[in-house]
Amino acid sequence: MRARERGAKVIHVDPRFGRTGASSDLHVPIRAGTDIALFGGLIRHVLETESYFKEYVLHYTNASTIVNERYADTEDLGGVFSGYDPGTRTYDPSSWMYEGGEVASAAGEREHSTQAFDENTGAGMLEGPVPRDETLQHPRCVLQILRRHYARYTPEMVSRICGVPEALFHEIARAIVANSGRERTTALCYAVGWTPHTAGVQMIRAGAILQLLLGNIGRPGGGIMAMRGHATIQGSSDIPTLYELLPGYLHMPRAREEELTLADYISSGGADRGWWSNFDKYVVSLLKAWFGDAATPDNDFGFGHLPKITGNHAHFPTMMRAVDGGLDGMFVMGQNPAVGSPNGGLMRRALRGMRWLVVRDFKEVETATFWRDAPEIRSGEVRPEDVETEVFLMPAATHVEKEGSFTQTQRMVQWRDRALAPPGDARSELWFMHHLMHRVMARYAGSTDPKDWPIVNLHWPYTPQGPECEPLADDVLREINGYDVATGEPVPGFDELRADGSTACGCWIYSGIYAGGENHARRRDPGDLDAEGGWVSPDWGWAWPANRRILYNRASADPQGRPWSERKKYVWWDAEQGRWTGYDVPDFPVDKPPGYRAPEDGGKGMDAISGDEPFIMMGDGRAWLFSPSGLLDGPLPTHYEPVESPFGNVLYPQIGSNPAAIHWDRPDNPVNATGDPRWPCVLTTFRLTEHHTPGGMSRGLPWLNELQPEMFAEIDPELAAARGIEDGGWLVVSTERGEIEARAIVTDRMRPLRVGGRVVHQVALPWHWGYTGLSTGDSANDLLHVSADPNVNIETTKALTCDVRAGRRPSPATSRVTHAPRGRAAVDREHPAEGPTSGSSEAGP
Amino acid sequence: MTTRAAPGEISVRRDGAERMGFFTDTSVCIGYKACEVACKQWNDLPSDGGELRPGGSYDHTGALGAATWRHVRFVEMVEPRPLPLDDIAPVDVAAAVADMDRWIFMSDVCKHCTNAGCMDACPTGALIRTEFETVVLQADVCNGCGYCIPACPFGVVDRDPVDGRAAKCTLCYDRLRDGMEPACAKACPTDSIQFGVYEDLVEVAQRRVAALQDRGVQGAYLYGAGDGDDDQLAGGLGAFFLLTEPPERFGLPAHADSPIQENVVPATLAAVAAGLAAAAGVAAAFRIARPARGVGRLTLLAAAAGAAEIAGDVMHRRRR
Repeated sequence: MRARERGAKVIHVDPRFGRTGASSDLHVPIRAGTDIALFGGLIRHVLETESYFKEYVLHYTNASTIVNERYADTEDLGGVFSGYDPGTRTYDPSSWMYEGGEVASAAGEREHSTQAFDENTGAGMLEGPVPRDETLQHPRCVLQILRRHYARYTPEMVSRICGVPEALFHEIARAIVANSGRERTTALCYAVGWTPHTAGVQMIRAGAILQLLLGNIGRPGGGIMAMRGHATIQGSSDIPTLYELLPGYLHMPRAREEELTLADYISSGGADRGWWSNFDKYVVSLLKAWFGDAATPDNDFGFGHLPKITGNHAHFPTMMRAVDGGLDGMFVMGQNPAVGSPNGGLMRRALRGMRWLVVRDFKEVETATFWRDAPEIRSGEVRPEDVETEVFLMPAATHVEKEGSFTQTQRMVQWRDRALAPPGDARSELWFMHHLMHRVMARYAGSTDPKDWPIVNLHWPYTPQGPECEPLADDVLREINGYDVATGEPVPGFDELRADGSTACGCWIYSGIYAGGENHARRRDPGDLDAEGGWVSPDWGWAWPANRRILYNRASADPQGRPWSERKKYVWWDAEQGRWTGYDVPDFPVDKPPGYRAPEDGGKGMDAISGDEPFIMMGDGRAWLFSPSGLLDGPLPTHYEPVESPFGNVLYPQIGSNPAAIHWDRPDNPVNATGDPRWPCVLTTFRLTEHHTPGGMSRGLPWLNELQPEMFAEIDPELAAARGIEDGGWLVVSTERGEIEARAIVTDRMRPLRVGGRVVHQVALPWHWGYTGLSTGDSANDLLHVSADPNVNIETTKALTCDVRAGRRPSPATSRVTHAPRGRAAVDREHPAEGPTSGSSEAGP
Repeated sequence: MTTRAAPGEISVRRDGAERMGFFTDTSVCIGYKACEVACKQWNDLPSDGGELRPGGSYDHTGALGAATWRHVRFVEMVEPRPLPLDDIAPVDVAAAVADMDRWIFMSDVCKHCTNAGCMDACPTGALIRTEFETVVLQADVCNGCGYCIPACPFGVVDRDPVDGRAAKCTLCYDRLRDGMEPACAKACPTDSIQFGVYEDLVEVAQRRVAALQDRGVQGAYLYGAGDGDDDQLAGGLGAFFLLTEPPERFGLPAHADSPIQENVVPATLAAVAAGLAAAAGVAAAFRIARPARGVGRLTLLAAAAGAAEIAGDVMHRRRR
């Protein structure tokens, strides 16, 4: 609203006309799951009309870089890129490399990574200089590849796929182009509507390509903002709750020979060029933080004792393993998979397959009560006495009852103090983990068994305080910041970290947050907002890295270091002082002049980054329009239909959905077939302002429940009329997985769309309800199947198919898979659920 | 400036106190409902239970009531054109945009009228005018007769189903006395609800209307403030609104005469004693500090004792 008040034009793309749409200048209804087609159309538009920011694109992106001749596009191969193996449904990305690229090691390391952020590995792929054609005419230069890749994404095609009328498409294109360039910038903000798709990473990539073509990255008012689904989701990947990452986006070592020693791990994770050449400093400092004095150069700082990945241990493979037998139990903290994860029936079946389950929450959520009040219990399909899972419910403190930090989308860390003590036995996560670890350490004390080394030698210096024996979160933040091992003094930032064991640091990207012994995240000084650049407010909280508010902000100046325009001035080269300066902390070596050129042979480390190459985390210093590595499903975003769709793929009829998506093909996870007339409607899930995720935090609150009292489905009046559904009446939504009932909200805010010559109706379901709490209702997740994006293992919740009918469901049961035959956890491709045996050979293709 | 309650009312007076009010700007309301929750939390009001209200859009509260002193109304005015049945028929983008930009939210509240019908109807003196010229119902004086309910032209006052007494927004009288802004205004993320010195707020609101009209929102106008002396709703509303649609769209009356004001002698004489009792405890001196920009903030300067002044004579009231 503030941006709009200042004259910004807000365009809202969403299948639903919701409250955001009501507060926007233009709402664009779209068929759920087709965002890449819309972006492809916009990318094509800016290329065909030559309206991209030429100087920016030429200097700051890899548009001019030449790709090797083995690369073949989806346009050449009918919907897959070169390197595709239909047997394993995986890609060998070696043919996506730059010309002359040294591919073997990088590709080999990357193959089994399941996360996309390790662009560091891709950065080491070239030994010599990067081959470029500055005229952008070479047929294999990235810009020409882009042109060909998106040539068929015409406005007419966008309309045919997305249901966005051509005139509306032109309106979006006109607005974005008019608001980009030297004088203006456009920001893309996405919420969870972009992530939970089988091509979610590529959707965001498509947005990134458009933003790069228009020069909207690294500049004020530009960028891509993720409006997260929870507080500090950003923080929980920075210091990850993900199995494949260590703090600060260091990858989890893999159980393969090439990573058994620290030197090998550094060699595979680090990079010859660019910022990741500092990789060794960060991992050694992390090991020093964890193992303290016991971590020495002689024992590889304890690296050998870190767990090694043997397969896909993400949420879904783990749950499948519980269904099929082989998982004893799990800790569930701040999560509620019984109703919060897709295919709720299958998730509850997984919970029933465990021997024990620890649930930490501040109320008794469905994941703790599934054994006595889940729909299949009420229907009599499962008897509580037959559920052997022993559930331990541990009361948790709420966010106002504990201190800690939130990291938001701008990577800004904001400390919050404890407002009041938690009631009764409720305790913070910090308390729980501290005391749990103490008990574990007591059990292992004195052990000389080598496998116990990491527990016996764990550096665990926290001191509980007060009557609750609560550790100080401040101590944890100090450790995250890093310190000089000899003096214990906080380091001023990651520049001071060393690979010789003289520094310890819990998360290198956060280093500096405690510089000078002050908790910078606690700062709350907005500064003089009316001063020149005062709106950057560097003393409000602290942003990683190095309190930098905009990443890659060297790109806010032209190649010579001058601001692109007075209006969009941000960081620039001060020739007199011989340094970069501006409103923000420059994201560039502060004294490297714009005219600096990398050595002829390409150079090493940061020397390889020229003075006009702002993207210092990339080995070539350029932003990647085309991703030669780092992604598991292709170097360019391509329109694929969702796994469930009423329509075939008009661009690639042979392919349909993302060919590298992860599927779990099993009887208890059936998929609605494409075009199956039983499932004619598009199903999408969404959130309400009034509730939070599956309701654990909100459905126990009468004040919130009265604002959104019941589970409902939003449908358009045409669909309602066709099915005899009345506004406020009951309807049943069904899929192969199950059927749920909900109240109907029949509204013109939902619009039927014209897609491929026919009308399609979309059904929108909030996923906040479940079977416990003060307000109960059927869970939308019982309708969903499990499939996932290959890069990040994120599920599919935004684009599926279903049907609706008037009335109520005939039985308390909502899931059809309660007694379906189990599957062997047959994750296709190389993502086996973790088996009883492990070893480097198992992870091989 | 000292507050000037109408002479016909039971009022708390205090040197330095100024008329305070709400300016609710519907043009920036995003339908967030934080005001409803913050109000209930601060005033310890129970949930009304709640069922899905067909046809109510996202408004399941329905109306102001004894336990709902802020209420966000959702007005769906979305009027989509029929689907173009020809394949890919040209779309009039401007029209399509206008069609979809029509889900309007408005946070309703007690109007704290200058001529408050509820006060005129109250036989016990439970309804008083505070030093901030707001209208507050003293629950411990209310006898539950319910006369105030039909006397309110806005349908604000409601009777508590449990104890039978009337209840409505106090404009967070307790917070005001401690120099804090009301809970709803504090919680509003877009400043759709602004709180401040009444006269300042009217100026802010008039500038806002002009700005919106400059921007092409021709329909923007103030409801309940800025009208001529003889043309004011209920003598002017302490809580007034910026609307972009006719008031009836939001369930607001175009005219706001209290039925009781047609021919009454206010029933308040009998209440002087009660008013005295209630006001005796209120004895702090206030001054309103005005920051440079518009909306005022209450600052408690001193706790010097000052006598609350009770006025209770019977006079004919100035009516619109």
